[in-house]
Amino acid sequence: MTTFHQHGDGPAASRALRLASFDPAAFDRPSGREEEWRFTPVTQLGSLFEPSDLVPDAAVTVEQAGGATCALVPKDHPSVGTTPAPGDRVAAAAWQAAEQAFLVTFDGAGQAGPAGEVGEADRTGVTWLTARGGAAGQEAAPSAGLIVIEAKPGARGTVVIDHVGQAYRAGTMEIVLGEGADLTVVTLHQWAPDAVHVTSHRARLAKDAHLKHVTISTGGALVRVTPHVALEGPGANLELLGLNLTDTGQHHEAQLFVDHAAPNCTSRATYKGALLGEGAHSVWIGDVLIRGAAHGTDTYELNRNLVLAKGAHADSVPNLEIETGNIRGAGHASATGRFDDEQLFYLQARGIPEVEARSLVVHAFFNDLIGRIGRPEIEARLTGLVDQKLAAVMARLGLSLGPGGGAA
Amino acid sequence: MSTLEIKDLHVSVDTPEGAKAILKGVDLTIASGQTHAIMGPNGSGKSTLAYSLAGHPKYLVTDGSVTLDGADVLAMTVDERARAGLFLAMQYPVEVPGVTMANFLRTAKTAIDGQAPPLRAWVKEVGQAMDRLRFDREFQERSINEGFSGGEKKRHEILQMELLKPAIAILDETDSGLDVDALRIVSEGVNRVKEATGLGVMLITHYTRILRYIHPDFVHVFVDGRVAERGGPELAERLEAEGYDRFVNA
Repeated sequence: MTTFHQHGDGPAASRALRLASFDPAAFDRPSGREEEWRFTPVTQLGSLFEPSDLVPDAAVTVEQAGGATCALVPKDHPSVGTTPAPGDRVAAAAWQAAEQAFLVTFDGAGQAGPAGEVGEADRTGVTWLTARGGAAGQEAAPSAGLIVIEAKPGARGTVVIDHVGQAYRAGTMEIVLGEGADLTVVTLHQWAPDAVHVTSHRARLAKDAHLKHVTISTGGALVRVTPHVALEGPGANLELLGLNLTDTGQHHEAQLFVDHAAPNCTSRATYKGALLGEGAHSVWIGDVLIRGAAHGTDTYELNRNLVLAKGAHADSVPNLEIETGNIRGAGHASATGRFDDEQLFYLQARGIPEVEARSLVVHAFFNDLIGRIGRPEIEARLTGLVDQKLAAVMARLGLSLGPGGGAA
Repeated sequence: MSTLEIKDLHVSVDTPEGAKAILKGVDLTIASGQTHAIMGPNGSGKSTLAYSLAGHPKYLVTDGSVTLDGADVLAMTVDERARAGLFLAMQYPVEVPGVTMANFLRTAKTAIDGQAPPLRAWVKEVGQAMDRLRFDREFQERSINEGFSGGEKKRHEILQMELLKPAIAILDETDSGLDVDALRIVSEGVNRVKEATGLGVMLITHYTRILRYIHPDFVHVFVDGRVAERGGPELAERLEAEGYDRFVNA
């Protein structure tokens, strides 16, 4: 039995049949009409399609090692290149151009046993990394990054990768979870205003592994993240969380592919975005494939967009393919709109001025998502980041609320 | 001492077929300490009256006036009306995911009073008010109304009323969907606030059940967008026995 459920006007082809290859030449140079590129301004990506144009740059700064061991390793290291093949030409080019990988390993050491020379608190703390581009305002050479994060069987870990500065970059992030591993990966895209970053996140989960994958995009001119997660072991559990604050001159895109290949796995995807200025563009495509063997699957994906400015646009396309009838649940929801007038009315009816009510609703929209990360120190930093970006915008919106709004 | 004065109020709503008149000349005066029951069949415009007084943008006032101690309520924004002393306990309280009840109550109290309440005294006041309404204090950390049962949502409305201390409260079918225990808790809350603050109450209801707990001074039968008959508590007893038929078919 195959049920194919697609929204939007794209060609209806199974995600299972989509080309995947480590060889960039296997993909035609995109024109922008291809299913995986149809919402992306491909003319801005010229050099990122050509591996020979890309300078390998695997450098990552370790701000705080936390529970991880970090090292630059050659690309032929056995931990590198074990996740599913790239699904588009930029991803394949990034892979081919890379010469080294920045390897982050959570091996579980020090987490349960006696503390060694590294203290227990450090071993269980958050791993903070920074991928730093060039100085803002200067032209950046096309580059290719490769980060591999592995959690050995039974290991736990939390890693944050912050992206800052100016860049023109094709990236790869491989995430590998062994049996029973529990890993949280947060990527922050705070890039300088002109930065372009197209990155392929490819993950595989063994039996009973739990991955929480969080993507936060606030910066850059064009940020495209394509998480592809293969649920390969029975009982694996995936949470995908995404947040974008997209202003004038920004394109933020998330194309996710959740591949349910094993029985009794669970996946939840929640992506929320706010479009803050005229011409802002966000894209969310949520492909979920439940293969024939994946009986007992439970999956739900949700995309919500808050449009706070005229002339901003959010594309939102959930796709659900189901190849077995023997599942626990499969659903999706997508909604794009302006403020919820009933929420504003309720808050105002308790005396809260309109500007403050709007601010509460916008912050609430994101607090709800940030609160699911489950690490207070990360949540506090994200809340600060969101507050900072929203403050300027709310002031801008406050001025255009019209008479009576916010009169105290 | 406050007086809410509604004179010849006409209200319409936009429909696909054009503007539709719902309220067709409502006259009603409510003073502090009084309880007015507004009773009527479904579709008579009771909730429209409630939402119009609170300033919901869906309702368009086409004629008449509403004043609170002489101030023009209809010229005020929604939040200004609340700060002037009006409170609407809604029939369907809205969920606001991501805003905690604690944050909401403190923000509203600050807006109403024009200054933040002293923290320790406020925490204590909220906690005690929640206890009286049989609310687990842990609800404060939950998002506004999210996942609340029907009864919890109604108790949350009364909690807000108790903390914000309005001059006049409009209770829009606060009794709907409540079991006997919840109805008693909610009614006790209303009576307690009346006792403590001299609150004036407009109690909108379809049924006479809640009037056993909250005793009205005046009963107004609402039919087809206006008050069809007025009386004392004995009018409610008549409605209990006879229903609305004689008004609807009149």
